[in-house]
Amino acid sequence: MDRDQIKEFIAKRVAKELQEGDLVNLGIGMPTMVANYVPEGINVFFQSENGFIGLGPAPLDGKEDPRVVNAGGQCVTILPGGVFFDSATSFEIIRGGHVDVTVLGALQVAENGDLANWMIPGKMVPGMGGAMDLVTGAKKVIIAMEHTVKGNHKILKECNLPLTAAGEVDMIVTEMGVMKVTDKGLTLTEINPEYTVEEVQAATEAELILADNLIKMEI
Amino acid sequence: MNKVISIDESISHIKDGMTIMVGGFLGCGSPHKLIDALVESGVKDLTLICNDSGFVDIGVGKLVVNKQIKKLIASHVGTNKETGIQMNSGDMEVILVPQGTLAEQVRCGGAGLGGFLTPTGVGTVVEEGKEKMEIDGIEYLLELPLRADIALIAGERVDKYGNIVYYGATRNFNHLMAPAAEVTIVEAENVVEIGELDANDVVTPGIFVDYIVDGGANNG
Repeated sequence: MDRDQIKEFIAKRVAKELQEGDLVNLGIGMPTMVANYVPEGINVFFQSENGFIGLGPAPLDGKEDPRVVNAGGQCVTILPGGVFFDSATSFEIIRGGHVDVTVLGALQVAENGDLANWMIPGKMVPGMGGAMDLVTGAKKVIIAMEHTVKGNHKILKECNLPLTAAGEVDMIVTEMGVMKVTDKGLTLTEINPEYTVEEVQAATEAELILADNLIKMEI
Repeated sequence: MNKVISIDESISHIKDGMTIMVGGFLGCGSPHKLIDALVESGVKDLTLICNDSGFVDIGVGKLVVNKQIKKLIASHVGTNKETGIQMNSGDMEVILVPQGTLAEQVRCGGAGLGGFLTPTGVGTVVEEGKEKMEIDGIEYLLELPLRADIALIAGERVDKYGNIVYYGATRNFNHLMAPAAEVTIVEAENVVEIGELDANDVVTPGIFVDYIVDGGANNG
């Protein structure tokens, strides 16, 4: 798979996690692609944390309205039944546990569910935006990312970058497999048949526990 | 009571060293004409409270580029490279705050509350120097309210009492900042007569608004 295919593969697998009626918040970048692969027959609501529910697709050329943008500042649309609100209400929804699923990228994830995705000291300090609230408040936190970066591990025993939140990640989806954070540790529940368990472990610093019913990762 | 004043007159309320709040999210829903007038005025050493620092040529980013900001309190600054440059050189102090915490700090500031407890930031650098409290087994950080000397906000339709109706995703921090400053100035896309707004549609009560400026059709 090339990188575009990897991103599509991961987004498609994450989309299978969405359930009827879920309120979903997608991060910038690859997580945004999840919206393209919502399973047929499943209706979900997407929240845009700058102030609405009912986030729709990009507008047609010439139909852009700069007053209707997503959290990345791009022009979007709002679907019938959608609702606009202010930022305090938006974070009541987020922090108050009303978001069923959030999907975010990561710089590092640890086996205990710690997440680092907002800064690299001395290099990249963009700010956390809404990420800390989302990861703290959402019922289910899914990390969608490539398994390694330039050959370096991203799934670690402990994060060494500043944390976004401690122990809040529930699931990690990469091109190699699906991992769940459990009381016992990080459990590999699905594996992409293009890889062996040994290869996935070699690409992961954290020690992977193999699920009793480890299955093939399908999209 | 006449709240409708010129942009120049409204900006004359802002003095060197003041704390200002500016509504908007990456420029969406920002009071663009008030920002341009403030850039023109050259007022300096401001403390700016805003969701983000916009872009170099859009929204409050212009104030950063013009070096009018001494201290910035925001949740995200990654879209404006000038913010990073001034942050790294030490010319501007930048305090990064989780977006939900920032929104609630502003809300508390306007609502007469002494602070609030949030789980956001526990176990991260955000908790440094803050009081922690455990309630029913969950750890929280004590976050304090934010207020400002001046709030600059934007609305779509504003009547002459200052009642505000918004359009689209422009509500964001505008509605929260209106009560949180000593003086609140709203830039209206359209100023309308008393009675033209349906009271059912008004989001921000006019009693929070001190001055109204006519921004003209302004879809930014």
